[in-house]
Amino acid sequence: MTSISDQAGNKTKPWLSPDDKPIVIAGGFVLVILAVGTAYTLITQGTAPLLSPTYLLQQLQIGAFLGIVAAGMMLVILLGHIDLSVPWTIAAAAMMATAVGGPMAIPVGLAIGLAVGFVNGVGVAYLRIPSMIFTLGVNAVMRGLMVAHTGGFAPQTAATDLMEFLAGGRILGIPVAILVWASVSIGAIVLLTRTTIGKAIYAIGNREAAAYLAGIRTRWVIIAAFCLCGLCAGLAGTLLAGYSTKAYQGMGDAYLLPAIAAVVIGGTNILGGRGRYVGTLVGVILIVLLNSVLSIMQMPEAGRQVIYGTVIIAMLLVYGRGHRVVN
Amino acid sequence: MTLAGITKRYGGVTALDDVDFACSLGSVHAVLGENGAGKSTLIKIMSGVVQPDAGVMTLDGRPVSFARPSDANDAGIVCIFQELSLMPDLTVADNISIADPPRRFGLIDRRAQHRRAEQLLARIGCEDVNPLLRVRDLPLSRRQMVEIAKALAKDPTVLILDEATSALTSADVDRVFDILRGLRDDGIAIITISHRMHEIEAIADECSVFRNGRHIDTFAQGSKSEAEIVQMMIGREISAHFPPRPPPKPPEALETALDVAGLSWEDRLSAIDLSLHKGEIVGLGGLDGQGQKELLLGLFGVLKGVTGEIKVAGKPVRLAAPADAKKAGIDMALIPEDRKTEGLLLPMSIADNLVISSLGALANGILVDRKALQQAVADGIDRMQIKVGAPDDPVSTLSGGNQQKVVIAKWLMTDPAVILLNDPTRGIDVGTKQEIYRLLRDLAEAGAAILFYSTDYEELIGCCDRVAVMYDGRIVNELRGDDITEHNIISSALNISEGTAPEAAS
Amino acid sequence: MENLQIRLRQNAGILTAIGIFVLFYVFYNFNHPRGFAPAIFIQNSNEVFTLAMVAMAQTMAVLLGGLDLSVGAIMTLVNCLASYLLVGSPLQIILGFIVCMAAGAACGFLNGCIVVYGRIQPIIATLATGAIFIGIALFLRPSPGGNVDDDLSWVMTNDLYEIAATYGFFDDGEAAWFQPIAWFPVPLLLIILIAVLVWVPFSRSVTGRTVYAIGSGEGAAYMSGLAINRAKIAAFTLGGFFAGLGGIYLTLQTSSGNADIPQAGAYTLNSIAAVVIGGTSLLGGIGSAIGSIFGALILRTISFNFRIFEIDPLMQPLFEGVVLLAAVSLGAIRVLRVKNTLDLFR
Repeated sequence: MTSISDQAGNKTKPWLSPDDKPIVIAGGFVLVILAVGTAYTLITQGTAPLLSPTYLLQQLQIGAFLGIVAAGMMLVILLGHIDLSVPWTIAAAAMMATAVGGPMAIPVGLAIGLAVGFVNGVGVAYLRIPSMIFTLGVNAVMRGLMVAHTGGFAPQTAATDLMEFLAGGRILGIPVAILVWASVSIGAIVLLTRTTIGKAIYAIGNREAAAYLAGIRTRWVIIAAFCLCGLCAGLAGTLLAGYSTKAYQGMGDAYLLPAIAAVVIGGTNILGGRGRYVGTLVGVILIVLLNSVLSIMQMPEAGRQVIYGTVIIAMLLVYGRGHRVVN
Repeated sequence: MTLAGITKRYGGVTALDDVDFACSLGSVHAVLGENGAGKSTLIKIMSGVVQPDAGVMTLDGRPVSFARPSDANDAGIVCIFQELSLMPDLTVADNISIADPPRRFGLIDRRAQHRRAEQLLARIGCEDVNPLLRVRDLPLSRRQMVEIAKALAKDPTVLILDEATSALTSADVDRVFDILRGLRDDGIAIITISHRMHEIEAIADECSVFRNGRHIDTFAQGSKSEAEIVQMMIGREISAHFPPRPPPKPPEALETALDVAGLSWEDRLSAIDLSLHKGEIVGLGGLDGQGQKELLLGLFGVLKGVTGEIKVAGKPVRLAAPADAKKAGIDMALIPEDRKTEGLLLPMSIADNLVISSLGALANGILVDRKALQQAVADGIDRMQIKVGAPDDPVSTLSGGNQQKVVIAKWLMTDPAVILLNDPTRGIDVGTKQEIYRLLRDLAEAGAAILFYSTDYEELIGCCDRVAVMYDGRIVNELRGDDITEHNIISSALNISEGTAPEAAS
Repeated sequence: MENLQIRLRQNAGILTAIGIFVLFYVFYNFNHPRGFAPAIFIQNSNEVFTLAMVAMAQTMAVLLGGLDLSVGAIMTLVNCLASYLLVGSPLQIILGFIVCMAAGAACGFLNGCIVVYGRIQPIIATLATGAIFIGIALFLRPSPGGNVDDDLSWVMTNDLYEIAATYGFFDDGEAAWFQPIAWFPVPLLLIILIAVLVWVPFSRSVTGRTVYAIGSGEGAAYMSGLAINRAKIAAFTLGGFFAGLGGIYLTLQTSSGNADIPQAGAYTLNSIAAVVIGGTSLLGGIGSAIGSIFGALILRTISFNFRIFEIDPLMQPLFEGVVLLAAVSLGAIRVLRVKNTLDLFR
């Protein structure tokens, strides 16, 4: 999967456009992580597990859940908004999918995500409440609903076989979760580069008033983007339940900030309007590999947090984005 | 203040090339030139917003350099920028004194600040502005007056005005000029940039012309004719100011494109009746803020709660959003007031901006047809003769005139039948203005109906077949043909043609 | 008269917040069996203090038009630090206080420097520094624990009488003149003192005005010749200081330090809610830290009411979410009144 960043690097060799520079740098940093991790294992254990395809595929399988969440999050960030309801959308989708069970499990999980996204979209587009605060409220409501529903305990329901297959199964040795992630990614790329709604998302992220006056139905586009983000979170939740064979409280909490970080590390402007999907992909890979190298090094939680924060800041400092206000 | 050998480059573009410039105390110096001629860069250097790559600035004979605007302010150089430098969420009093407020015990003395604001506003005849109000809640022309008060608060020795009067009503302009004359007589150096020749005639003592980053000439105001100055600015002879107006068509040959009856909105528009015919350019005149902008926005579906009837090509329509106004069968287009915030997606590419309104038509199913898209972009650039490096460059790299061309080209791609324009030539150089006039006439001759609001009476007189003059949300007069004269427009604008005394505008 | 009207209109947000708080709190006291009694006030103000401080911290970033996702982490870091330092001789304790306050301010200063000199959006910069601060807190306190001077912890979370009685002021608090104010809760007094002695002077200083100016329009503020970088760093530093005060109080309240990541996150999120409920615009430039204090009071009063009515604890998170959504949706009524759609985009 690291070849993606190489391709991005080759394609734009003569000069780097501002949108590509972060992607290439992040890609380079992925290689640095691999090199440092491998050097560490070679010295301490004499082996290089990080470079073995099996290990990489296994890591990417775990990364697929984050990747799917980040894909949805990116759409919303491109609009200049943010979705903080992701954690409990994931948990709610997982809990309801396992609670319903049977063939309807996955559709129910996706529908939960879609519904939450729709509510977010309506709140942001029609009520014009800042997404930061509205999605925060929706997250609290979803948490409340799930706590009331489950009594605050891990639900006793289990994932269906199909869910487990999608999350943990393999086709020709390739984890199915990676294939699902790849499909989501292709969908996101086509959406952002080849469709009217994709262009409209960038336009709204740049200047909503101008997009509106250009005859774009900005409210519909905002709702659609939030729906897709919710859908991605729902999908991730359903898969996560399949991966761990059950749903549990707070299962989505670990995905919010890394998803935002992955999108931003990939060069998407947190204020919206700029960024390429390939960057988000590289950002996810970077975070996943960083995590696995740190766990190989048996880094305590404290060190992980510090390194994690330092890497984000260091990456953004290297990108040198943001201009001094002149005019 | 003198500048010698000043050079400034942005990337590969040389904005100022070895420029010498001097202004003296006690005179008003007008700087003229097309957009992109280097005027803005010149004043940005003088006011410390950008730093020159080469050259020396001297003030009172001492060399100076400014790393930031506050350095220039400290040296007594104050600039009133074209783009407002007001903080909309702060009060008028806060804004006026923000850089150096009156203090007591180290903390801002609000009462003294309030009094100071009142005094300064009274000085420029703006007693009606309450210093407690937030700037956001003021109309554009009042904000600009606050901006001027803010500059005066700094007691400048060199005062620079960058298109500072373009948002003002003519009464305010007169008042500002009186103050400027007073300041000049007090021995302050004033540098002004304006695209309005009659204003320059009214105020300037000296003129300097810039072209392509070079200082062409400096001469005493009045020593050259307007035509000579314009020629100096664009470097080539220009035939006529406005394209010729075709003879009026007989009434039976007129085909109605847009029919408005009894249009009202809030307290800003009351019972507007207006018809636009195909092939006709109709001007909207009147003092600033009499409902002209609201009329255009109302027609375009931006305003909620509009009552009355709008008929397009004979069919009544209900427009709830610009997306409705754009639909086939209605085919309206609006060139908005502020191209930077309403017309363009500045960081996005020229190509993206050009096609943003016509993506639906360029889509093939749900996917956008890339070939058609590229073709459309090339056509748009070609048709408007937009000077671009590459279509993928950000639109923010273009000069103001070319940016406005992008906005117009964007809408021409939708083949509009009714084109609404909100002051499209504000802050645009002479050359581009003329291209826009020519284009409007061509579009009209091709069958479009055009409604054109302008704050510049000359444009209305030169361009329009008919001028509807608005006062207090109503159309008070419609002038046609030879009746369109400055005298008639102004007297209608003041609503004194019918013998009624002008009421206080709300 | 006109001026008064303008002032009322411009402060509608904070006035609404005060009104809602008074309503909720009176309602709570009416329904409490021991309502309107000093004991209740003490307990309530104890529960409010930390959130009020963290909300004030958040206000600083929000006024700039940004968001500080590290306020909870700074609070936690200072909490862990204070759990080592607030013991020993009076001199040691005073020194400990100073070190803890300086630590909070230093965290904020770091945020400010990264935002200003690294030119990174505040929300992302603080997302990252928040992780770093939590990491350091975990180094300090891998597991909860700590030791705090008992007297100190007792008086800081009680009424004025206990201060006097414990340290022997005013005839051990029995002086006649002292009695009318002896019931006053210490944490409430501290909130008022911090607001009056720190926030009010700051908001009326040139630097404070500059913070508002930046939030309102950074380009315009720069053009006006304001010291933007200094104001930003000052705002973040002050934010870190406030968050640190919250952390110190948490230590006094719990007598321990705990690098609890979910708790840090919850405080950060609640601080955003408190700021918004307190009438500060998330776009920056409008609002005040005083409003955020009332926002924090409202949030806490809601949970007080839950306790009174013995609502099923399982339903409590749901109610909190609904109340938050309802509160922010109230602001949406404004949207329905807007007749010019373009005004929505400003």
